Amino acid sequence: MAAPHNATVPGTPQSLARSRPRYGEQAIKAVLMVAALLSVATTIGIVVSLLEPTISFFGEISAVEFFTSTSWGPLFEPPHYGVLPLVSATLITTGIAIVVAVPLGLGAAIYLSEYAKPKVRKVFKPMLEVLAGIPTVVFGFFALTFVTPLLRSIMPFEIEIFNALCAGLVVGFMIIPIVASLSEDAMAAVPNGLREGSYALGASKMTTSLRVVLPAAFSGIVAAVILAISRGVGETMIVFIAGGGQPNFTLDVGKAMQTMAAFIAQAGSGDVPVGTTEYNTIFAVGSLLFVMTFAMNFVSVRLVRRFREVYE
Amino acid sequence: MAVLSTPRSAVQLASKGTPVREHLFRTLLIASLVVAFIFMVALLSYVFVEGWPRLDSRLWENMPSIRNPDIAGAQSAITGTLWVISLTGLFTLPTGIAAAIYLEEYADKTRWYNRVIELNIQNLAGIPSIVYGILGLGIIARTLGLGFSVITASLTLGLLVLPIVIIASREALRAVPPSIREGSLALGATQWQTISRQVLPASIPGIATGSILALSRAIGEAAPLLMLGAVSFIRFNPDGIFASYTVLPIQIFNWISQSREGFHVLAAAAIVVLLVILLLMNSVAIWLRNRYQKRW
Repeated sequence: MAAPHNATVPGTPQSLARSRPRYGEQAIKAVLMVAALLSVATTIGIVVSLLEPTISFFGEISAVEFFTSTSWGPLFEPPHYGVLPLVSATLITTGIAIVVAVPLGLGAAIYLSEYAKPKVRKVFKPMLEVLAGIPTVVFGFFALTFVTPLLRSIMPFEIEIFNALCAGLVVGFMIIPIVASLSEDAMAAVPNGLREGSYALGASKMTTSLRVVLPAAFSGIVAAVILAISRGVGETMIVFIAGGGQPNFTLDVGKAMQTMAAFIAQAGSGDVPVGTTEYNTIFAVGSLLFVMTFAMNFVSVRLVRRFREVYE
Repeated sequence: MAVLSTPRSAVQLASKGTPVREHLFRTLLIASLVVAFIFMVALLSYVFVEGWPRLDSRLWENMPSIRNPDIAGAQSAITGTLWVISLTGLFTLPTGIAAAIYLEEYADKTRWYNRVIELNIQNLAGIPSIVYGILGLGIIARTLGLGFSVITASLTLGLLVLPIVIIASREALRAVPPSIREGSLALGATQWQTISRQVLPASIPGIATGSILALSRAIGEAAPLLMLGAVSFIRFNPDGIFASYTVLPIQIFNWISQSREGFHVLAAAAIVVLLVILLLMNSVAIWLRNRYQKRW
């Protein structure tokens, strides 16, 4: 750092660095950075708040029982701590949701990206956003008071008032906008040259959509589906309202099932004394849910990155 | 028959294809869109028809009651929602916008810590809301000792929608062309002067739109608040940030859990109120976007 009067000496290169540091500017930058770091602190906070009760949970209950026993009832006497019924209920409802959301969401995305005229797209995309903006408690109400009675009257097998089928179906409709809008983004990013090349070879629009655009946007679509699965796994209100509060280790979708998120909501909304095993159970299940969704999000973000790099 | 010697795929590509199949495919695609919309229209009209008989002043003038659905209202839930959302906005908007300014205007993308922050924000956006409830319960309510109060709910919801505010604000900042910044810097303005007097005013419409959408997400959120004491039976309006509270989505959930039909009608009516609030907020967001958005 050259002092100002030295700069006038011929032959000495004049420093372009500012002569006085601007402390005000640096303070502002520091404040802004602290705000950005709050997001990292949030993640750390989540991990810390989960970790301590989870460790004391596994101090009392063996991990073998937690992961292999098929009976769940920490609030009962005698308590059971096998998480499998919750995991299977989560997988079943999410599975049903994906069966609904992926074909419908992908179909909508292909239509909007490849077939729809710009005017049509301008009308339908915001409407999908409306569906995405409806609070989940509203979906839950609709599921319990409309969809379940409907299913009970048209389905040939027996369906309880609280059941996994209805919960899964409605979660599926809730995540259609995620699948549709993210897949549409991925397909819109496919360069037009690929489509034109395909048409030039005589391929039809359907062939071009399915064999050229879809494979080219594949990683983006997979990312969208993974994100949708993660939303389904973490969805709470719909499965809590429509799926019921009984842990059930079964494949019968007409029966009530309690997912991991629904258990956390049920136990967390009750008056469980701090520090007891019941209290720690909430955090142990929360950790499992957090790890599952975090892993899926991580893969999804990486996939989106990769597909962006290809065409930009 | 010599044509048969060409590879099958070439024949398939060269043939005109069966128009029937093309039409069928297109119809299927439209059908998937239509099914999604039928679901949405059915949901909205069912809720509206169901709630209509109970959509009167009792809903916002009366307090909740567990015994009589005829005199029950949602006043404490509506005022609770206003309290919680105002505080959420006060906390999360300045923080989110500041974080966005840092990441967009200052952060050196080649530094590892800035990449960690970015990756972290993307991951946070995908964490289930119920896990934020655990964070609120473990850290904000217990460790910080704020208990089951309006402020705990606001901070938890604020952290929940923070990634949305950051992502939306970053997009708005990115939309301001670099030439604006370069012009300002060339005139001798410092970086903060450039940001506060040129970049921020130009990106306010985009930031406001994203912020409103983030807050409307927070208004409808119920799951984390289930764990933060909002389910208790509240017959009074909150009178401060440390007061106990309930919010509209939780009140709706409570009424859904009642088995009597009258409470389900009440839940539907409250849902209509909630949806009208959301609709108003979204209309403002769309109006802002169309009215003030600049094309560079």
